[in-house]
Amino acid sequence: MTRTSSSSTRAVARQLVRKTLSALVVLWGAATVAFFAQLALPGDRATAILNIRSGQAQLRTPAELAQINEQYGLQRPVIVQYLDYLRGLVGGDFGNSYQQYRPVTAIIGEQLGATLTLSLTAIVFAWVLMVVWVTLTAGRGPRVGALGALVDVVAAGLPAYWLGIILLLVFGLGLRWFPVIGGTGVNGLILPALTLAIPLAGFMSQSTRTEFERALEQPFVISARMRGMSDAGVRLRHVLRHAVIPAVTLSGWALGATLSGAVIVESIFSRPGIGNVLVTAVSSQDLPVVVGIVTLVAVVYVVANLIVDVVYTVVDPRLKAS
Amino acid sequence: MTALRPSSTSAAGTAPSTRLAALARRPWGLYAAVAFVALLTVAAIAPQLLATHDPLALDYPLSLHAPSWTNWFGTDESGRDLYSRVIFGARESLLIGLGAAAVGIVLALVLGSLAALAIKPAAVVVDRVVEILFTFPALLLALLLIAISGPSATTEILAVGLGTAPGYARMIRGQILAAKGSAYVEAATALGHSRSRIVFAHILPNALRPLVAVFALSVGQSIVWASSLSFLGLGVAPPSSEWGALLDAGRQYIVQAGWLIVVPGLVIVAVALAATTIGRHLQSYLERGEK
Repeated sequence: MTRTSSSSTRAVARQLVRKTLSALVVLWGAATVAFFAQLALPGDRATAILNIRSGQAQLRTPAELAQINEQYGLQRPVIVQYLDYLRGLVGGDFGNSYQQYRPVTAIIGEQLGATLTLSLTAIVFAWVLMVVWVTLTAGRGPRVGALGALVDVVAAGLPAYWLGIILLLVFGLGLRWFPVIGGTGVNGLILPALTLAIPLAGFMSQSTRTEFERALEQPFVISARMRGMSDAGVRLRHVLRHAVIPAVTLSGWALGATLSGAVIVESIFSRPGIGNVLVTAVSSQDLPVVVGIVTLVAVVYVVANLIVDVVYTVVDPRLKAS
Repeated sequence: MTALRPSSTSAAGTAPSTRLAALARRPWGLYAAVAFVALLTVAAIAPQLLATHDPLALDYPLSLHAPSWTNWFGTDESGRDLYSRVIFGARESLLIGLGAAAVGIVLALVLGSLAALAIKPAAVVVDRVVEILFTFPALLLALLLIAISGPSATTEILAVGLGTAPGYARMIRGQILAAKGSAYVEAATALGHSRSRIVFAHILPNALRPLVAVFALSVGQSIVWASSLSFLGLGVAPPSSEWGALLDAGRQYIVQAGWLIVVPGLVIVAVALAATTIGRHLQSYLERGEK
C-alpha cells in the first residue's frame, strides 16, 4: 500500500456516501411498495375501510363514505396522497390504524421494545451457540466434521413454530424450568429467544465452519502451533477471529430474520410485541398497521446492513481500494 | 456442499471390508428421502390406500387419545384419527408447496433474467426492484399480500411464492452474469452469433441448469413457509387437514395432547429435510456433470 493516508480517507468517504445514497434509494423503494400495497385493497377504499372496521361487507351511505374520505384524504389525487405519505414517513408518521383509531407509530412504539429485546437476545444466543459448536467440531476429522455440518443444516432448516413448541413441551411443560405462557422478565425470554437462535446459529455456522476450516490451514496457525500453543488456544485466539467474518456480514440479515421470526415466536409463547400486533392486523386487514410494521422491519434491515458495510470499509483496509 | 455424495461404483470381487465400506458410503440419506417423498406422493394421489380410518369420522368417546396400535398418531378433540388426517392432508400440503415453489421460481426467473439481460436502463431498474423486494423478509412480504386479499389457499400459494422470489431472483441473476462472462460466450460472440442465439443457446441453458436443484430445495422451504402461515391462522382454515392447519387446530390442546402438534410438525420437518437432501444431491450431481 503506497497510498497516502489523505487519499485513502477520501476514498473511504466517497465509498460511504455512495453506500448511503444507495441505501436511501432502497428505502424510498420500500416505502413506495408499502404505499401502493395500501391502495391495492379491492373495491372502493372508503367502503373497504368501513367494512374492515365493522367486519362485515355492506353498502355504505354517501355520508359515511364522505366522512372516511375526509379523514384519510382519499378524495385527493393519488400522487398527492403518495407525496403526503412520504413526507409523513420522514417525520415518523405511519398513518392511522383502521381498527384502533390511533396512530400506527403509537401502536408500534408500545410493542417494539419487547420485540427488540427478543431479537437482540436471540442474536446473542445464536452467536454463543455458533462459536461453541463450530470451535468444538470444525476441522476435527471427517466424522466429527460431518456430524457438525449435519447439525448445522438440520438446525438451519427447523421451522420456528415446531422448534418453539418442542422447547415449550420439554422445558416448559415437562421439566417446568420456564413459564409456559407469557412470563415476564428473564425467565420468559429464554425459550422464545432460543427458538429464534437455534436456526440462526445453524445458518451462520455453515459459513463460519467453511471459513474456520480454511483458516486452520493458514501459515499463521502452523507458526502458532510451532511456538507450542495449545490446540484450544490456536482455535480461540487465531482461527476464530478470521472465521467469524462472514457471520458478521450476516448481522444485518440476522436482525431482519429475527424480527420477522418474532411473528411466529410471539404467537407461540403469547408474548407481547410487534409480531403479535402484526398477526392480529393481518387477520383484520388493518393495512396501515401491517404496512407500518413491514416497512419498519425493512428500514431496520437496510440501516443495519449499511452500518455493517460502513464498519467494514473503515476496519478492513483491503476494501478501501475497491 | 456438505451433503453425502453418491458413492462411486465398486468393482465386483473386492474384499468384504471394502465392500462393507462401499455399502456405508452409499447415499442412504438420499434413498430415505426419495422413499419418503414417494410415500407422500402415494398419499397425495390415493390417500385411501394408506389411511387406516375415515379422516372425518367423529368418535367422541375416543377424543384426545394418545398414539396407540389402533390410532398410530393418536386422535384429536373429536376422536378423528390423526394418522389418517395427516395422510389425507398430504395432497393439499404438497400442492401448496409445489404451487408456491413454481410461482416463486417463475417470478424469480423473469426478474432475474431481466436484471441480467435486458438493455441497460431497464436492467438497472429491475435490479433495484429486486433489491427493494429483498429488504422485506419473506414471511413479511407474504403477510402483506394476505392482509390485502384475505386468507385462502390461493393467496397462500401466491404469498409464499412472492415472499421467496426475491432471493431466487438474485441467485438467477448471478448465474446468468457468470455465464455471460464465460469463455464460451466470448467465443460465440467472436464467431459472430446473434445476441438472441447466444442468450438462448448458450447463456440460459448453462445458467439455468442448477434451477432443478433449486426447485427441489424451494418446495421444501415453501411447505415450511406455507404451514407457518396456516399455523398463524392466516392460511388454509382448520376444517381442512392441510398440515399447517392441523398444527393450528392442535395448538389449544398442547397441554393435554402434545402429539396433535408434534406429529404433524415432525412430518413437515421430514418433508423439508427430504426435499433439501434431494436438492443437494441434484446440485452436486449437476455440478459434476458440468465438468
